[in-house]
Amino acid sequence: MNAYSRYFIKKLFWYLLTLVIAIALNFFLPRMIEGNPVSIIVSQMSQGMTDSDTIKRVYETFMKEFGIDKPLWEQFVIYIKNLFTGDLGTSFGLYPKKVTDILASAIPWTIGLQLPAILVGWILGNVLGAVAAYKKGVFDKAIFPVALFINSIPFFTLAIIMLYLFALSLGWFPLSGGYDFQKIPSLSFDFIGSVIRHHTLPFLSIVLVTIGGQAIGMREMSIYELNADYVLYAKLLGIRDSKIARYVFRNAMLPQITGLALSIGTMVGGSLICEIVFSYPGLGTWMFTAIRQLDYPLISGCTLLIAVTVLLANFTIDMIYGLIDPRIKAAQMEEE
Amino acid sequence: MKNSFVILLKSPKFMIGAILFLLMLALVLIYPQINRKDPLEMMALAFQPPDANLWLGSDNFGRDLFLELMYGIQTSIRVGLIAGVFATVIGLIIGLASGYIGGMVDNILTAITNIFIVIPSFVILILISVSINSRSSLVTAIIIGITSWPWTARAVRAQTTSLRGRDHVHIAKISGHSTPKIIVFEILPYIASYVVMAFVLQTASGILSEASISMLGLGPYNTISLGIIMNWALVFEAPVAGAWWAFIPAALSIALITFSLYMMNTGMDEIFNPKIRS
Repeated sequence: MNAYSRYFIKKLFWYLLTLVIAIALNFFLPRMIEGNPVSIIVSQMSQGMTDSDTIKRVYETFMKEFGIDKPLWEQFVIYIKNLFTGDLGTSFGLYPKKVTDILASAIPWTIGLQLPAILVGWILGNVLGAVAAYKKGVFDKAIFPVALFINSIPFFTLAIIMLYLFALSLGWFPLSGGYDFQKIPSLSFDFIGSVIRHHTLPFLSIVLVTIGGQAIGMREMSIYELNADYVLYAKLLGIRDSKIARYVFRNAMLPQITGLALSIGTMVGGSLICEIVFSYPGLGTWMFTAIRQLDYPLISGCTLLIAVTVLLANFTIDMIYGLIDPRIKAAQMEEE
Repeated sequence: MKNSFVILLKSPKFMIGAILFLLMLALVLIYPQINRKDPLEMMALAFQPPDANLWLGSDNFGRDLFLELMYGIQTSIRVGLIAGVFATVIGLIIGLASGYIGGMVDNILTAITNIFIVIPSFVILILISVSINSRSSLVTAIIIGITSWPWTARAVRAQTTSLRGRDHVHIAKISGHSTPKIIVFEILPYIASYVVMAFVLQTASGILSEASISMLGLGPYNTISLGIIMNWALVFEAPVAGAWWAFIPAALSIALITFSLYMMNTGMDEIFNPKIRS
């Protein structure tokens, strides 16, 4: 077995363990609610419902799904079994819709919004940070405080301000949703254009905040690298500045990749709330609705999905990192 | 220690951050003493624009937004500070234990830390908040604190591991000092500056977390925080009503507080890590 596959298997083991813990948290935490959650929930959601037959049917569905009459560990086994068959239960708020179906309709929107936004923000932020560290002077003095300030704005705050400025006051972009409601989803230019117009503002607000945080990190790493001995040595050897800049960039870049892995959870959380501001038809908006309706199955479906996605993203980055960082490669070789 | 404090006073970044933060703190502590009205009292029509009487207009219930903002900033800073204390103390204990004791304890604690770094704290925060029926601002702060310690733990562990092998620690061990004494006198002073910086960052991120969780409608009950003001503005469609005063001041306040804390942190970083001074 070569070094990389050993690294791969070791990482895979840790991520699987983490996944199990994430699932366990997702199962046990909502069950800390005192009393019989089903009757509490059903009484809460059936307020105003007069048809006792429907209430009874709702109650029975959830009794069966939760398996309250069984011991906790048995419920956990059932829960895991259902997970493997892709069954996340029935939504309370949108009864009798399946949680899985709701999530499946939301995922393309969320991925389409967040993946490009986080990547673009990350790349732009790193380039800006490196340039600020390298050029120093006025450029650095101007970029740094601005980036720091933008980074202090929570994702959704910038989103609200942009919504107000560009959608309401100036009217350049639509206010909410993922596309114009009177249009039928299809592959026509008209529909795609409408999707893009709705996509712009949430996209930009995520990109801007991401740029801020990444630029700060990259600037710091680059300054650290620029002060390293090898830079001085290279300068004394008379190596061209542009070449040194390339070395510095590559070295400073590595920790930024781990940085991306570690902050991706926060970013995803932030961008989910950003979706709420624009009523974007993704996961975040569903979660907002679910929380307001105390729709526990949908909430826990959302949190589980977010946790799994973040784990997957981290795992991918770890794998790439193992390929490109010579130090990790060296560590793999040593173990052999 | 005293020396490094004097150096701090000379860092423009730290001073800007600290002054901004203290000014804001002074404002929100003093103003409610002058204007002793109840922030939840309805005194105008819904969404009245700012004027000489209502400096920041009124919200959807016709309440004085400036007064609400003062109480909101107070709550948010308090939640942030409590969350920061919890996160830092838990992180410090776990980091010190795993770094200093080493061996099996280290393996287990590091594994736990790594696991909780990867599981988004945001998710755990939502799950716990959903499960707890009565949330005071203190409870919210503690929940935020216990979901955000892994960062501190990891960094403290790394520093402790490297300190453990230093000569002065060996000498203390040979001299027969007890483990707690060694940790307090031989290890803590070396990571103190780092811990203070981590605390400042944790406070900032605590304020942001409170705002996010309140935005989702999972914030503390019976209180006003910046996130809750934003949640009200969004739920009652202030942006659509054109009432910018219902959310922009709260949004900027969050940004200003975290900005001042980040500035303090950057200033300290440059003092304590001479390598990154530009």
